[in-house]
Amino acid sequence: MLSRVERGPVADWFWTIDRLFLAAFLALIGIGFMLSFAASPPVAERLGLDSFHFVKRHAFFLAPALVTMFAVSFLAPRQVRRLAIVILAVSIVAMVMALFFGVEVKGSRRWISVAGLSIQPSEFMKPAFVIICAWLFSERSRHPEIPGNLFAIILFCIVAALLVAQPDLGQTMLTTAIWGGMFFMAGMSWFWIMLLGGLAIAGFISAYFVFSHVAERINGFLMKGGDTFQVDTAREAIIRGDWFGQGPGEGTIKRILPDSHTDFVFSVAAEEFGILFCMVLTLLFAFIVIRGLNKAGKLQDEFSRLAVAGLSLLIGFQSFINIGVNLELLPAKGMTLPMISYGGSSMIAVALTAGFLLALTRQSPETRARRTTSRRSLIPMRPEQA
Amino acid sequence: MMRMPALSSGLGLFSFRSKPKASGHIELKGERATYGQQSRSRILITILCFGVFYSVIGARLVQYGMESEETVSSIGPADKLMASRPDLIDRNGEVLATDIRTVSLYAEPNKIVDPDEAVERLVTVLPDLDVRTTYRKLSSSSRFQWLRRQLTPKQQSQILALGIPGIGFRPEKRRFYPGGSTAAYVVGHVNIDNKGIAGMEKYIEGQGLGDLAAAGLTVNESMEPVRLSIDLRVQSVVRDELAAAMQRYSAIAAGGVVLDIHTGEVIAMTSLPDYDPNNPVEALDKNRLNRMSAGTYEMGSTFKTFTIAMGLDSGLFNINDRIDARYPLVIGGRTIRDFHATRRILTIPEVFTHSSNIGSAKMADAVGIEGHREFLTRIGLLSRMQTELPEIAMPSQPHEWKKIHSMTASFGHGVATTPLQTAVAGAALMNGGKLIEPTFLPRTREEAEKTAIQVISKKTSDEMRILMRDNVVQGSGRRAEVDGFRVGGKTGTAEKVVNGRYSNSVRFNAFLATFPVDDPQYIVLVIIDEPKPEEGKYSATAGLNAAPMVNGIIRRSAAFLGVEPKFGNDASIARLSY
Repeated sequence: MLSRVERGPVADWFWTIDRLFLAAFLALIGIGFMLSFAASPPVAERLGLDSFHFVKRHAFFLAPALVTMFAVSFLAPRQVRRLAIVILAVSIVAMVMALFFGVEVKGSRRWISVAGLSIQPSEFMKPAFVIICAWLFSERSRHPEIPGNLFAIILFCIVAALLVAQPDLGQTMLTTAIWGGMFFMAGMSWFWIMLLGGLAIAGFISAYFVFSHVAERINGFLMKGGDTFQVDTAREAIIRGDWFGQGPGEGTIKRILPDSHTDFVFSVAAEEFGILFCMVLTLLFAFIVIRGLNKAGKLQDEFSRLAVAGLSLLIGFQSFINIGVNLELLPAKGMTLPMISYGGSSMIAVALTAGFLLALTRQSPETRARRTTSRRSLIPMRPEQA
Repeated sequence: MMRMPALSSGLGLFSFRSKPKASGHIELKGERATYGQQSRSRILITILCFGVFYSVIGARLVQYGMESEETVSSIGPADKLMASRPDLIDRNGEVLATDIRTVSLYAEPNKIVDPDEAVERLVTVLPDLDVRTTYRKLSSSSRFQWLRRQLTPKQQSQILALGIPGIGFRPEKRRFYPGGSTAAYVVGHVNIDNKGIAGMEKYIEGQGLGDLAAAGLTVNESMEPVRLSIDLRVQSVVRDELAAAMQRYSAIAAGGVVLDIHTGEVIAMTSLPDYDPNNPVEALDKNRLNRMSAGTYEMGSTFKTFTIAMGLDSGLFNINDRIDARYPLVIGGRTIRDFHATRRILTIPEVFTHSSNIGSAKMADAVGIEGHREFLTRIGLLSRMQTELPEIAMPSQPHEWKKIHSMTASFGHGVATTPLQTAVAGAALMNGGKLIEPTFLPRTREEAEKTAIQVISKKTSDEMRILMRDNVVQGSGRRAEVDGFRVGGKTGTAEKVVNGRYSNSVRFNAFLATFPVDDPQYIVLVIIDEPKPEEGKYSATAGLNAAPMVNGIIRRSAAFLGVEPKFGNDASIARLSY
């Protein structure tokens, strides 16, 4: 056991980390691995691969994901910000590259190949984007002469433009929702909230008219027509699972459920482990999100507060959209379930998100007590204020 | 507190508050504190939003949990398609039902190049394909759609020859009934997923086959055939006789059963109109029900057999007793008359052969209401019959038994039973008094012995055989006699209830027969619903239509049933003087 008197970095980490958060994340990672046994073999068999191909890949990505989460959780808020800047810059460059050199999968260019690994840079962009936006929003009070909000808007526009260009409407909407949520929580005036909200709605409506597949999905959802094979099958799987599930390996609907290992893993979980299990899973997400937001509310430091809130929103929206699609509450949209769905980029990016959250919610007497901000500000303050 | 920003103030565009004053250290802190306050309340709102989001998810999960499973998607898991069933065979090994392999046509719409062309070409082979639905299926972006289940080999080869990319065939099992409608009601049929939904097919589904199929363990398995008690040869004879009689007497329905009286095995049973289980659509027609077990009828005078057996078995009557049938009985404002009125004192055998309503009513009256009910219950005529077949109707009886009900029930009015249970009760009267549950599976005498219940004495049973024989030799059942096979039986001509009254023109006729009467082996019961007088005849009583049907069945099937004919005098039956 680590002694409280010891002041090494590990001891420090151990006594300051939010253990409930950590436990929740580890539980999700464990459940994700367990569900990969249920959800991925049928897909692998359909693709003519070894039945446990995706299970093995999932296991292979577990180590880097865990390492990422633990390593990042050691960082101090300033280091978090620096890491986020680097990741954001790299992933934006990579997203631009993907547009030009990327492999086209299902009609969109989201992937780049680095050293034999396919990477989806937009996944890594999300947590970094949240951190940087939190910083930009929080800087406006510290350095009113720096137009933090303007920069945040510009950054958002760049990211959104890149996502639309891929095109990846699901991620665009997710990013918009998170950015909007942070904008709201940063305490902006209702005028601006209304204005930007109006813009978002206008953007959404134009997406409906510009992208035919968006229109098709939304029409299909609203009018219960169109191609509803995926969601119908998902529904059937969940209902077949009933309260207690068919038992591990006993699922049959999952065999015909497309994307059962990624977007529809929740339905497979319901078929094999039951609706009660799915409720526990949902509660786990709700716990992380609400605890994250609650902790954010208690943080004194504005940057940490917004960053923690933003990261919670990221996990919250992503889980809500994914589960909502599975339950036919929302129109079908490609969105992974954080920590649970298969996908190397997604897993490591979510681990990064968790790492950031853990790092920023560590109990630190310094961050709680400190009022002066000079040490954490990248931009020196004006002398008369300091 | 929030002021519209001065849009003209350049950099200040996005600092939404009034600028801090120049020496703002303390004030700045204060302002940050307000930011914090506001930010916190906004976070609270966000928490509430997510609380609502996750509650919606929870509510939806509860809703799904409450719903029962349904087969909504157009395709079942691949395993189900290949589900096998055991063959059904008759008692001699003749196939009644078997699985044959067929293929079903499906499409992978994402691989279809030109849905228009594909539909156009498919229609040349499958002209009844719905063009609009098929087009919609083919142009969707799904990966799998059924187009047509269970094609013929010829259709398959023609579709293959079209060479349309993106369509394929999946092997499936389909149930085939070589005998067509011959044993339709006993064998039953399956649905498109090869699941038994009627008759013995449904019974074996409930005997664990359904569970096996659900577990996917019936795929491509070859299973031991299930042997039924049915004899296909006798079954064909019965159906043929019924069909001929339906036509000859212009009846609306007919039914027949051949029952082994010692084992309770049903050797043949059917009713007309029936349906072809290979095309079970007709089975939905209300008129096509198995009248022998799923229909209940007032059996008419056939019931006097039970009344007289009751009287003799109660010890109140001796076979040599006489009953006064000179005057109609008036009870509760209703008059009971005899159809073939003799207006004299009858012996008990005469009550039977003359089918005297007065005589049987008097016998029932002597036994008493409770005794009568108890007897009918004892021989299984008032409760639902227990057997493998799922389609079994509940007999009906008066809500309240009064003297009049007991008296009318004595000649078969007011109590409606299924013909099969009447045959089973009849078997108990003939086999020495043992009530044996009917079965559609093979059963030996020893097995039957174990479950048999003694309902009347051996002596009564022997006396009943004499009465049955008498009625064929010199009573209403003369047309049932087959030379050498010593038939005994009782006719029943019941008036049907039309608009709440007994009609004297619309009839339901039955004939309960046994043979050979000196050592009874089989019960044959036929029913014919609303027969009309044959050409050249003035009446349509059971003796004129039901009895000849029994004659035809026994004449043609006795050899199959292994009953040896005996010619010469009827010496083996002791004639009684009366």
